[in-house]
Amino acid sequence: MDNGRSESINSAAIKKRLDSAKGKEFWRSIEELAETEQFKQYLEDEFPQQSRPLRQEVDRRQFLTLMGASLALAGLSGCRFLPKDKIVPYVNMPEELVLGIPLTYATAFTLGGYAMGLLAESHEGRPTKLEGNPQHPASLGAISAMAQASILDLYDPDRSVNVTHMGDPSNWDGAGSFLEELQAVLLKQKPHGGTGMRILTETVTSPTLAKQLAQLMKQYPAAKWIQYESVNRDNAIAGSKMAFSEVVNTIHHFDKADVIVSLDSDFLMNLPASVRYARDFADRRRVRKGSAGMNRLYSIESTPTITSVTADHHLPVKASEVELFARALASELGLNAGSTPLTSAVPDKWVKAVAKDLKSASGKSVVISGDHLPASVHALVHAINASLGNAGQTITYTAPVEVDPTEQLPAFKTLVDEMKSGQVEALVILGGNPVYYTLADVPFAIALKQVPFSIHLSLYQDETSALTNWHVPGTHFLETWSDARAYDGTVSVIQPLIQPLYEGKSFHDMLAMMISEPGSDFDRIHESWKAEKPGTGFENFWEKTLNEGVMAGTALPAKLVSLRADLLPALASVPFSVPAQVEINFRPDVTIHDGRNSNNGWMMELPKPITRLSWDNAIYISPKTAVDLGICKASDISKPDGGLSLATNDSHFDEHDYNSANERVVVLKLKGRSLEGPIWIVPDHADNAVTVHLGFGRTKAGKVGTGVGFNANLLRTSDASWSASGLEVGITDRTSILATTQFHHTMEGRDIIRMRDVSEFQKSPEFPKEEEDVVGSTNDPTQTAGHGEPGDFGAGGKLGHEAPISLYDGKDFKYDGYAWGMSIDLTTCIGCNACVQACQAENNIPVVGKDQVKRGRDMHWIRIDSYYKGPNVNRPEGTFFQAVMCMHCEQAPCEPVCPVAATVHSHEGLNQMVYNRCVGTKYCSNNCPYKVRRFNFYKYTAGQPDNAPGNYDNPSMKLIANPNVTVRGRGVMEKCSFCVQRINAARITSKKENRQIRDGEIVTACQQACPTQTIVFGNIADPESKVTKLKGEPHDYSLLGDLGTRPRLTYLAKIRNPNPELV
Amino acid sequence: MAQIFHRRSNTIALVSLVGVFIAPVGLILGMSGITRSPANTNVGVALDQPVPFSHEHHITELGIDCRYCHTSVEKSASAGVPPTQTCMSCHSQIWTNSPLLMPVRASYKNNTPVVWNQINKVPEFVYFNHSIHVNRGINCNRCHGPVQKMMLTYKGNPFQMRWCLDCHRNPEKNIYQSSEAKKSGISPREQVFDLYWKYQAGTKLSPREQSLADGFDDYAPSQEEVKEGEKLVEHYGVKTKQLADCSICHR
Repeated sequence: MDNGRSESINSAAIKKRLDSAKGKEFWRSIEELAETEQFKQYLEDEFPQQSRPLRQEVDRRQFLTLMGASLALAGLSGCRFLPKDKIVPYVNMPEELVLGIPLTYATAFTLGGYAMGLLAESHEGRPTKLEGNPQHPASLGAISAMAQASILDLYDPDRSVNVTHMGDPSNWDGAGSFLEELQAVLLKQKPHGGTGMRILTETVTSPTLAKQLAQLMKQYPAAKWIQYESVNRDNAIAGSKMAFSEVVNTIHHFDKADVIVSLDSDFLMNLPASVRYARDFADRRRVRKGSAGMNRLYSIESTPTITSVTADHHLPVKASEVELFARALASELGLNAGSTPLTSAVPDKWVKAVAKDLKSASGKSVVISGDHLPASVHALVHAINASLGNAGQTITYTAPVEVDPTEQLPAFKTLVDEMKSGQVEALVILGGNPVYYTLADVPFAIALKQVPFSIHLSLYQDETSALTNWHVPGTHFLETWSDARAYDGTVSVIQPLIQPLYEGKSFHDMLAMMISEPGSDFDRIHESWKAEKPGTGFENFWEKTLNEGVMAGTALPAKLVSLRADLLPALASVPFSVPAQVEINFRPDVTIHDGRNSNNGWMMELPKPITRLSWDNAIYISPKTAVDLGICKASDISKPDGGLSLATNDSHFDEHDYNSANERVVVLKLKGRSLEGPIWIVPDHADNAVTVHLGFGRTKAGKVGTGVGFNANLLRTSDASWSASGLEVGITDRTSILATTQFHHTMEGRDIIRMRDVSEFQKSPEFPKEEEDVVGSTNDPTQTAGHGEPGDFGAGGKLGHEAPISLYDGKDFKYDGYAWGMSIDLTTCIGCNACVQACQAENNIPVVGKDQVKRGRDMHWIRIDSYYKGPNVNRPEGTFFQAVMCMHCEQAPCEPVCPVAATVHSHEGLNQMVYNRCVGTKYCSNNCPYKVRRFNFYKYTAGQPDNAPGNYDNPSMKLIANPNVTVRGRGVMEKCSFCVQRINAARITSKKENRQIRDGEIVTACQQACPTQTIVFGNIADPESKVTKLKGEPHDYSLLGDLGTRPRLTYLAKIRNPNPELV
Repeated sequence: MAQIFHRRSNTIALVSLVGVFIAPVGLILGMSGITRSPANTNVGVALDQPVPFSHEHHITELGIDCRYCHTSVEKSASAGVPPTQTCMSCHSQIWTNSPLLMPVRASYKNNTPVVWNQINKVPEFVYFNHSIHVNRGINCNRCHGPVQKMMLTYKGNPFQMRWCLDCHRNPEKNIYQSSEAKKSGISPREQVFDLYWKYQAGTKLSPREQSLADGFDDYAPSQEEVKEGEKLVEHYGVKTKQLADCSICHR
């Protein structure tokens, strides 16, 4: 640095600015808020694990040895002989194929039976990427993280590959085979109508499977079909029966709702229609200049979810208090269903304000109840919606989507009783893993031993397969034909993209075998619909259905329902109380659900929203309750400034540190059962309650999922499968190390999240720019001298703030073509992780394993930061999400420090990363203020270290790689490229057609996946493009804009719509 | 005392002292020479193939268009190596008993692919797109050498980065319009394949076309041609600076 520049940087001015910066208004973790020494140390260690050895003295001789050796090796690695490769063409090329151009097919992903329409990309016959189907009502072009990751299961090397009998390899057909024994069993069952035969499936919506099941029941009238999944909707079904005396399907129209009250419903994340709901919800929150109206969401939640975080007001209460709130709200609205006195956690002010707001939005509001709440709450919510005039407006009812919408748990319990008493002679389990997820008081595994003939058909050899006589490998949904219904009844045909990789059999195959139905799965689906739609035009109709991914005219029509006349008295008679003891909530995990994704490395490593834990489940607990229960000491918690802080640990790198509060192993004792697990202190969790998530603690999941976390099902009982009270917490002196990314890549206490209430926005929409400390932080790429010379404090200055300080020479690129930019709207970002997962799938991002994540080496190009606001650790003023990836700065700090020019600016404003040039100095990452660069410490893509699951060298996993993106090796830096492969593809296409790239023609992977359309990408040199217009919004701001980096990615500030009466 | 070292030791000492400094340089130059030589790059070296396929026979003698086999060359990144089916469209009728075609017939019969040795290859981190080059009128031979003269197929150029950049930095020197294109307005894409028809018919070729037909990559365009090239660059909307951006080829 020359003298002139160093003099011109006014240190007093910098200090003043830093002092005035909004220091700790926003924080990411209790450790950060408390500013512990360990946390500061962690922050200083950009690459913690490697910086330790370097702190030791290196003497001159050692230095020369190392340098000499590395120079020699560096030189040698440059010379190599060209590899000898083969070309393997087709023998007969499929007609529609153009080599090198992927084909796209419409198909569908199901979760809990409900379909989400997808478009699957296939490169020369191998599916590589799933995207949402814009024509499908549950997707509208977006995709959930879980659906995105389902493609990894197809190539999972741990998948079951052959039929086994008592654990030994066997055959599907032939002598002594599975079919031979099945036929013998069926022959025995036939004479008495199959009295001893039971079929156990997960929830079924497939019309064709239903026909096969009906056929089976016709042939074996005494047989029974039972549906059971761990995450079922029993309470919603029971609630519907209670309210309407029939089972109906409820559809919410959030696009028409001004006021939404979520009673512990995570409707943005875990409903069959969540992706669609998120879109409808967000469409009412796009605050723009001149159109600043937005909806208002209240959340009453027992555990923090992305819905509660997104809400304008949220109230953390115990699960039992959610019902208390519902009853109080109903009586405030004039529906007397009996209520009990309010507790301190449920303020009267809240009930009154919410009721008033709902009344003022009659017919334009939605009250929605979480699936896990008792049936009485569901019934009450139906009554509330009816009284508000929402039914028929924002809420419609249809006939059920499920083939047989029954309460699953009672049927499952009956099955287990029958099994125990020896009445079941043949049990066919199609999918699911009941041995793992059965409730603690429903001994399915023990009962299974009494069944002489049992089959488990599934994708993996799991806990259930180990206990059945026979295991038959299943097919992935991309391997076989099927059909399924979406949340509104719309039928999608599930199209396969590839032949079964192993000897997999589908559910249809198995049932066809049992009812002696000839033909293939395709024939079955095709014939089944041909019978439904008679007439000559069927083949055209069929082709159109396959092409569009939705079957026209199959959405269920809205149905008029009427509430039971005696509903309110009936509800009043349902006994209800709020116990004083500690409660425990059981919730499906947002990544691995009920355990079905346990062996999916993408899902396992994906940091969970809010806590950003990866590779584990933990016992979530609020800071106050942690203190109350003695998990951390009283002396640890108070700070002079009135805020809470908690003792923290540095155990991420030192397993012998037992003084921590977080990660302390505790014993949960409930009704004589106990379970151990580490705690994780979650600000804003309901007090006097803990939350555990299902799906972990698998014993036979595969290389990824076995032995990860603890199995919360071991505490669930059939009378309290979602929450229970009377929990006792015993404290051990052990800790269990968790991998969280919450500490990683922290941009220290700067003004990162900008947030205002919508009323303030209407008054002064320009606020984020007013706050901006930088001068000339324009996003206009065509402007050539954005800031003045370094130290030129007045130039272009505005807002009366101090001066621009630029570490760079102030010279800008001139752009005469496209200039790529992106806008992210923090108001609509719900933190659902879909973008992170889509990016991983698109850009061949490896899975690194728990140990590497703990070391801060997670490789996701996008991270969703979550911030808490305010000084109170137990009840922060809010939680905020921010998706952060490479900002593609005009003045990118990473570029000048690269000694080999491996990261350079493109003439379209991309900050390019050239892997083949990178030598791994990591200077760029050190210099990046946004901490968005990721380094390959190992050859992660080849399964290093320790045979990690992100193994692109594995023969089956090789197939999943996107051929248009380099699979990175060890020692190179990588980061978001703005999906340059998609930009290039569009550029080439447009050039061949002699035209400009159209606005919206390039859709980045994250943008494509985003359920709320929060991410917009485009050409900011085009004044008419959508992204340019968004960047012209008054609340557009640059992250860390005062650094003068002038990012191409800017944010629209977070706007909230609080109720003045509750502020 | 007798001398320990012979007189010639002086020379040896001197030579080895100098040698210590020269040898590594020589070694490096030698090795880099080897890596750049056809011994490594295989330029001009015909590899063993299951079938001794002759481009000369099929193009020059029979007049089969490139696109008959390389079907995706104008549509996709990949030019495409033909499926066995394509070979059999003729060879089920002619040369049906030729022993040279045994592997092709076996492939078709057994539904097993013919496995060829790859001749032209860019590294995995390079993303080359055939279609855009063909659509801008860049002739096959510009990169692949005199394909229509190859009895056995060999690599025409070493495909090293500097060689790619020679064009990408100076597109005006490499984009051209043939006289037919100027006259009758055939598209740049057609001009690529037109060259082989002209070659086959023995039409007189312009110096640039002759150079392409001969498979040279060092044609020096005249000032006039460069000017025309500049006009075409403008006309096609080629942004020269963008063309040399890293992310154009590396991603």
